[in-house]
Amino acid sequence: MVLHEILKQYPRTEDSLIEILLAYQAEKKDHFISNEEIAEIAQYVQTTESKVCSVLSFYTFFSNKPRGRYIIYVCKDVPCYVNESANIVRTLERLLGIKVGETTPNKMFTLEYASCLGYCNQAPAMRIDGKTYTDLNPDKVKAIISEYRGKQNA
Amino acid sequence: MIHLKINNIDLVVEENTTILNAAKACNIKIPTLCYYPDLNIKSDCRICVVEIVGQKGLVPSCSTIVREGMEIKTNSPRVLNARRTITELLLSNHDANCTACVKNMNCELQSLANKLGIDQNRFPSVLERHPIDDNNPAIVRNPNRCIKCGRCIDVCKNIQGMNVLENMNRGHDMVITPAYGKYLSDDLCVFCGQCASVCPVAAITEKDETDHVWKELHDPNKHVIVQIAPAIRVSLGEEIGKKPGSIVTGKIVSALRLLGFDRVFDTDFTADLTIIEEGNELIHRITTGGILPMMTSCCPGWISFVEQRYPEIIDHISTCKSPQQMFGALAKSYYAKKENIDLDNLVVVSIMPCTAKKYEAKRSEMSVDGKHQDVDIVLTTRELGKMIRQMGIDFESLPEEDFDNPFGITTGAAAIFGATGGVMEAALRTVSEIVNQKPLENINFTEVRGLQGIKEAEVTLGDAKIKVAVAHTLANAKQLAEQVKNKTSPYTFIEIMTCPGGCIGGGGQSYGTTNRIRQQRIDATYHVDETLTIRKSHENPAIQSIYNDFLEKPLSKVSHKLLHTHYHSRKNSEGSN
Amino acid sequence: MLEMKKITRRCGKINPLSIEDFMATDGYEMLKKAIKMDKIAIIEEVEKSYLRGRGGAGFPVAIKMKGLAKEIATPKYMICNADEGEPGNFKDRYLMENDPHQIIEGMIIVAYATQANQGYIYIRGEYDNAINIMKWTIEQARKNHFLGKNILGCDFDFDIEVRSGAGSYVCGEEFALIESLEGKPGRTRVKPPFPTQKGLFNQPTLINNVETFANIPFIVDIGGQAYAKIGTPSSTGTKLISLSGNVKHKGVYEVPFGTPIIDVINKLGGGIANNRKLKMVQLGGACGPIIPEYMLDMVIDYERFEEFESKTGAGAIIVIDNRFDMFDILLRIVEFFAHESCGKCTPCREGHIQLANLIKKFINCEATIKDLISLESLARVMHQTSLCGLGQSSPTSIIATLRYFRDEYLDRIESSDMIKGEGK
Repeated sequence: MVLHEILKQYPRTEDSLIEILLAYQAEKKDHFISNEEIAEIAQYVQTTESKVCSVLSFYTFFSNKPRGRYIIYVCKDVPCYVNESANIVRTLERLLGIKVGETTPNKMFTLEYASCLGYCNQAPAMRIDGKTYTDLNPDKVKAIISEYRGKQNA
Repeated sequence: MIHLKINNIDLVVEENTTILNAAKACNIKIPTLCYYPDLNIKSDCRICVVEIVGQKGLVPSCSTIVREGMEIKTNSPRVLNARRTITELLLSNHDANCTACVKNMNCELQSLANKLGIDQNRFPSVLERHPIDDNNPAIVRNPNRCIKCGRCIDVCKNIQGMNVLENMNRGHDMVITPAYGKYLSDDLCVFCGQCASVCPVAAITEKDETDHVWKELHDPNKHVIVQIAPAIRVSLGEEIGKKPGSIVTGKIVSALRLLGFDRVFDTDFTADLTIIEEGNELIHRITTGGILPMMTSCCPGWISFVEQRYPEIIDHISTCKSPQQMFGALAKSYYAKKENIDLDNLVVVSIMPCTAKKYEAKRSEMSVDGKHQDVDIVLTTRELGKMIRQMGIDFESLPEEDFDNPFGITTGAAAIFGATGGVMEAALRTVSEIVNQKPLENINFTEVRGLQGIKEAEVTLGDAKIKVAVAHTLANAKQLAEQVKNKTSPYTFIEIMTCPGGCIGGGGQSYGTTNRIRQQRIDATYHVDETLTIRKSHENPAIQSIYNDFLEKPLSKVSHKLLHTHYHSRKNSEGSN
Repeated sequence: MLEMKKITRRCGKINPLSIEDFMATDGYEMLKKAIKMDKIAIIEEVEKSYLRGRGGAGFPVAIKMKGLAKEIATPKYMICNADEGEPGNFKDRYLMENDPHQIIEGMIIVAYATQANQGYIYIRGEYDNAINIMKWTIEQARKNHFLGKNILGCDFDFDIEVRSGAGSYVCGEEFALIESLEGKPGRTRVKPPFPTQKGLFNQPTLINNVETFANIPFIVDIGGQAYAKIGTPSSTGTKLISLSGNVKHKGVYEVPFGTPIIDVINKLGGGIANNRKLKMVQLGGACGPIIPEYMLDMVIDYERFEEFESKTGAGAIIVIDNRFDMFDILLRIVEFFAHESCGKCTPCREGHIQLANLIKKFINCEATIKDLISLESLARVMHQTSLCGLGQSSPTSIIATLRYFRDEYLDRIESSDMIKGEGK
């Protein structure tokens, strides 16, 4: 959906801001909000662009710069760490050929650290495209990445 | 009443008193940093923490209300250690190159470190350098000095209603910048400098042009003249350590001559001229069905505000230039010709309480011949103080001197320009007498005086009664602008000043300005008015001369060419509001 | 029986998406009972129960309820804090995914007793499942007239909206959450005023954790006095423990307060996995203390946790075996808080990076005694002066290990000395 179609669904008040940003960013393949879009959102919720920038830059979900089609969030906190999440990170870095914080050259994957995802009982865990994958091991990770690569090629 | 103990001293204070204020009652000034009188209490620097007996953590004294029986320790070892640690943390993320800093010896962080006896920093620097924002004529932002006290955001958002600056990112990465991390620019900032005036360090300062002025002063080919704003005479004293509201006009003139200015003139002169032009413009609009309400135009922050956010009401604004710019225009035409000075060698400097005036002077319209800017350099009150100190002038011992002519004779009406309501009152003194064709019984329009955000008055002009309004701060100006935009304004004439209190509260004034100090400067302003013999602009003989000699009459062709201008929309294509 | 399944009795036994299943197991019966009681009587039962907030702070719920009830300004808001971001905790997700209606029922009862007009459930953005389930649950509740206008035929209107977080742990702090609901960055506010006086949109607001609301129907059922008999005098009722780390059976276990930690780890968790040795346990979450094996007979109780100068009752137990270096663990904890700090106050904003740098020195065998003193001092200052719970409790693991694992610090310093000596 185009931005103004999403905007129409929300009241023109500042407290709609985060919901709008969440809804719109999810629609965008490159998962980011551009400067022009920030301005349009600011005008819709009747606030300043600086305020929208402030909100956008505060929350981890949002980005002002383009990111990959699929953002892989890997948990690195203690409960996952003691269940060998470092191994999962290494596997992903190898598979994708990038380091955490980077995006693959074909813009398909961005690899990020996540703060605890809340799946410590099924550690280690990662989250991609709104789905959480748990009880990971290197083989499972390989299979998951293949699946996503298959989706893109389909 | 609440009974408590501070440092074992028994105290009784009113309910709802903060620990910070209660401590003042026993002569203790608890160190603070983000706290600023008249601004919101933020409680985020954590410097002012104190110990409450029986409580585990330390509490901030700026925001903690006293309770019956509280026992407070303001200087226990735990408290001292906490304050020192927090200060060291601030210093570890701060460009602490003090001797190369414009706020050296005038910096709240420096004073704090000194007060707390910090002689070492356990924490290594983790400063990540950001580029300095030096892209506009008025304000310089240095993020490497920012200590994130939040005062600038508070004043820009809540006093001015502009919200140009905001906290971006979070945690250690947090920085304070305009939208998109851009530099301050004239499509989103009005350069009022209120942020600079509350910044405790040198993260936001005015663009320093003192070196440029020194260069011109020492160039034997240059004829350097200076004008001082109405507000300066009741403000500069603070730069020299005098109490707020000290009237030091004569000494300022003397100091300026010592600094090397060839002529020392008074902006009050062109303030009077502004009243004649603007007063006649108002009368003209009223009698010929022109666009009303008319709104004043001497405040460049207000002009920028309208151009950016309310371009649809531009035609309501008076076409008169500000007194600073009228002076520059006259200097580069009438004066240059009279004194036979080549425009290439004439330098016009103005001393203003204002940072936006630096921007105003550079506007392309502000050039009579299209080649030379009418005003070359604007210095703030603080910059003049700096030059006086640089030269080692013993200000106190200076003799009282008079301004030079022909731009030295002024009136009380001009003097009150510095206070909110002053331009309105000065205009009314002249307009009333012109329209009613008889002297006013009482020339004091007290309803438009004072620190209230929006003031109103009703004035009889001929057969009609008109309503006028005065607003200061942009948050208040916005309310009146909205009315004008929606065509629901009940007023005929409106004065707007961007800065709280008017120009005496300008962004270029001495640090530490509070409402109390603003009031003291305002009181001094009206005192100057009362002590002057001529108190109405149209009675100024020098003004009458300049019309006779040069301008012919108010709103003449010459006047229009030199003393009037037009504004234009700067609403950016993104249309922010 | 170590476990006491009161709040989790339906979990795994019913289809969470089926309101019929819920109602067939006494679901909404307590709401029907409560709505016939005096509002003040409901609050009194909660007071007698001495129910304390289950999100971590452990604040007595009845005080908040009384605070909201006495406010006359409308609208009054009620917020369920489902921003479960504390590492090691997943009990709220467990409740939302397995017995969502129970939470709603609890919220409606409290709203009735305090005359709240509008409710919100603020769920962290990463809990995609839980968000969908709660939205569905609310729709079902509305269809069945448990939400909306004239609930159960009474003069009582109340509805709930689900709102999502956007990746910020600090939005679990009550005012940061409120700021987030208002569309702003999650930076806390100066207190007082407290949320019950001026909260969401400056209106009276009550905010409590998921598990807290889930306890309400149970309290209405057996009465406050009977509830208070469970657990310990200072910590009544049951606690959902999120057990994770290096145990055989990770999961959510509901036990009465007063249960020894070691019992949860060994009897419910099956002990350390893979025959390794237990090295240390972190209690509560990343913001909690780290304790050695010899302290594990300690019971789960708010007062005992207070002794660590922190309010860490969110209930996580993270078991760590001896493969892991204490300093690596501490660094991960500090880096978590550094990433999540909102940046508003100096000690938290500027302190975490310095803590991390000091811990790294221990990791790299470069630390000196001076560094130990700086670390201890900085941790204490952050703990005592930070503006909100995040900065106040983030150094807890460091403070606790300095107390209980001091030898490890000293050993590391000695080996730094030795390395330096070898370099000569």
